[in-house]
Amino acid sequence: MMRGAKIVALKELRDSLRDRRTIINSLAMGPILGPLIFIGMLTLITQKEVEKAVETLHIPVVNQSLAPNLIGFLEQQGVVVEPAPSDPEQAIRNEDHAVVIRITEQYPEQWRSGKPAVVEVIADSSKREISTTLTRVRLLLNGYSGQIGSQRIQLRGVDPRLVRAVQVRDIDLSTPASRGALILAMLPYFIMITLFVSSTAIAVDTTAGEKERQSLEPLLINPLPRWQIMAGKLAATTLFSLVALALTLIAFMVFVGFIPSSRLDFELNINPVLAMRFWYITAPVGLVAAALLTTISAASKSLREAQSYMGMVILIPMLPSLWLFINPVKAETWMMWIPLLSQNVLVNQLIRGDPVLMIWELISILSTLALGIILALTAARFYQKPKLLFTG
Amino acid sequence: MIKVQNLQKSFGDVQAVKDVSFTALDGQITGLLGPNGAGKTTTLRMLYSLLPQDGGTISIDGVDPQSEPLKVKRQLGVVPDARGLYTRLTARENIEYFGQLHGLKQGQLKQRIDELSTLLDLGGFLDRRTEGFSQGQRVRVALARALVHKPQTLLLDEPSNGLDVMSTRALRHLLRDLKQAGHCVVLSTHIMQEVAALCDQIVIISDGQVVANGTAEHLRELSGCPELEDAFVKLIGTEEGLLA
Repeated sequence: MMRGAKIVALKELRDSLRDRRTIINSLAMGPILGPLIFIGMLTLITQKEVEKAVETLHIPVVNQSLAPNLIGFLEQQGVVVEPAPSDPEQAIRNEDHAVVIRITEQYPEQWRSGKPAVVEVIADSSKREISTTLTRVRLLLNGYSGQIGSQRIQLRGVDPRLVRAVQVRDIDLSTPASRGALILAMLPYFIMITLFVSSTAIAVDTTAGEKERQSLEPLLINPLPRWQIMAGKLAATTLFSLVALALTLIAFMVFVGFIPSSRLDFELNINPVLAMRFWYITAPVGLVAAALLTTISAASKSLREAQSYMGMVILIPMLPSLWLFINPVKAETWMMWIPLLSQNVLVNQLIRGDPVLMIWELISILSTLALGIILALTAARFYQKPKLLFTG
Repeated sequence: MIKVQNLQKSFGDVQAVKDVSFTALDGQITGLLGPNGAGKTTTLRMLYSLLPQDGGTISIDGVDPQSEPLKVKRQLGVVPDARGLYTRLTARENIEYFGQLHGLKQGQLKQRIDELSTLLDLGGFLDRRTEGFSQGQRVRVALARALVHKPQTLLLDEPSNGLDVMSTRALRHLLRDLKQAGHCVVLSTHIMQEVAALCDQIVIISDGQVVANGTAEHLRELSGCPELEDAFVKLIGTEEGLLA
């Protein structure tokens, strides 16, 4: 029954494997370049964070002479106190400095009369790269305030613990793995984009390309239903993308070892078992990608038209990742019914080491396969149209 | 045997085929002769079931292409205008692919390709990739592909397009052999010499209609011209689109 489809699939695989461009794009560049860019980015980010957390603070302070005691404290804590720029606000806007401290003119007066002495911290908190520095400056100033306050109360014979009605103790339940997952939140996107990128070349080539080279007409004269011809091409495309997916995951497994995670105390570990689970969870997306791209190729009048749609298709797997990035939500069963979103959620859960219900995996796989089959039927309908033959 | 009656086909407002009727017998070569754009390719495409007709009937050995496309395709060998070989596959692989799609088994297929290789003289390039093949080589591979399942009826769209003299001679030789063996051969062409040299029956199509039908002898009589070329011009009423 499916003999014809199998013959077509084998021919398409052989044909594509002889095309150097397809091989390089689908099986080499995609699976290696993607993970490489991703891991490279992460390495850069984590290294920067580490550097910011331990690097010596260089903080300009305005009116240093008004608070020699505070300056002494800061220097004792290892801060290099620098002379202040003439216009601190402008200096911050120009990004000459991350943070500037200004000791107000009233500071000595307030200090002497025992009122809270005002110190201004000037920074632009919308700039994410300064957040570590800003936090460290605030902690230092609060530490100084607390230290002096305690001494004052003690001098009056009062136990300084009395003014601390509540002591906040942070109990951080994030495990090392879940902290790492914050950084790896974009991993599902990088995994799934491979399925789209790697099947593009072969999907376009086997349908729109065959039309363009005018080999489709002789092929359609063979005695087998057109849907079988389409199914064979679809099978070859899907197989290609699944192999590319496996290669991508292997590349991730290897490259993740290069992130300096020990310095950030989280575990990013993609072991073979986890990689296998990623593979079978995202594999149904391979059918969706192949069927979608085949449909577009069959519906397009020319190779050029087909290619012009591909840029947009690449954006599709990005949407659920973006949504989750902007709006992080708890994993729930209803999400498993939505292809692409469910894979995003499941991969995120797994990489955090959070539980994944078997029924979730099942719903995700089945709903995604159902979408793939609907798209495949759509592609078959386009194959059935006499219009399929005509280009231009 | 092919029977075509009152065939019609339109694409939007354009009536590509208005009224085409003819009968092509087994053991004969039938030529569809007409200027470019006369509707020959569209007629052939309806014969091999790739396009549905708007009106009229087709019967190929008693089978209607629209209601039983798979059955018709098994009986037909087709060389379309676009030869469409796969350039990354060798000539042999191209032929094998279509043979497999026709359900031939591996052993059978190998034997058949050997036969076709002798028949069409493919030996020199059978195992080379078809990229960069000459027109003559491409037509021979396309012919082998069309004949791989030993079809009773052969349809060829402009088979001698771009062929040199030697290849054309070889092609004619082959078509005569097929005719001798009792096959039904239908070819479309806009080249006069081709029909004169080859065809038992000539169907002249102009502007989607059959304007004359018969042997070369008959057409000369019909037009009153001793030369077939003049007869042709007179019958279609224009020299436009003709190539001597």
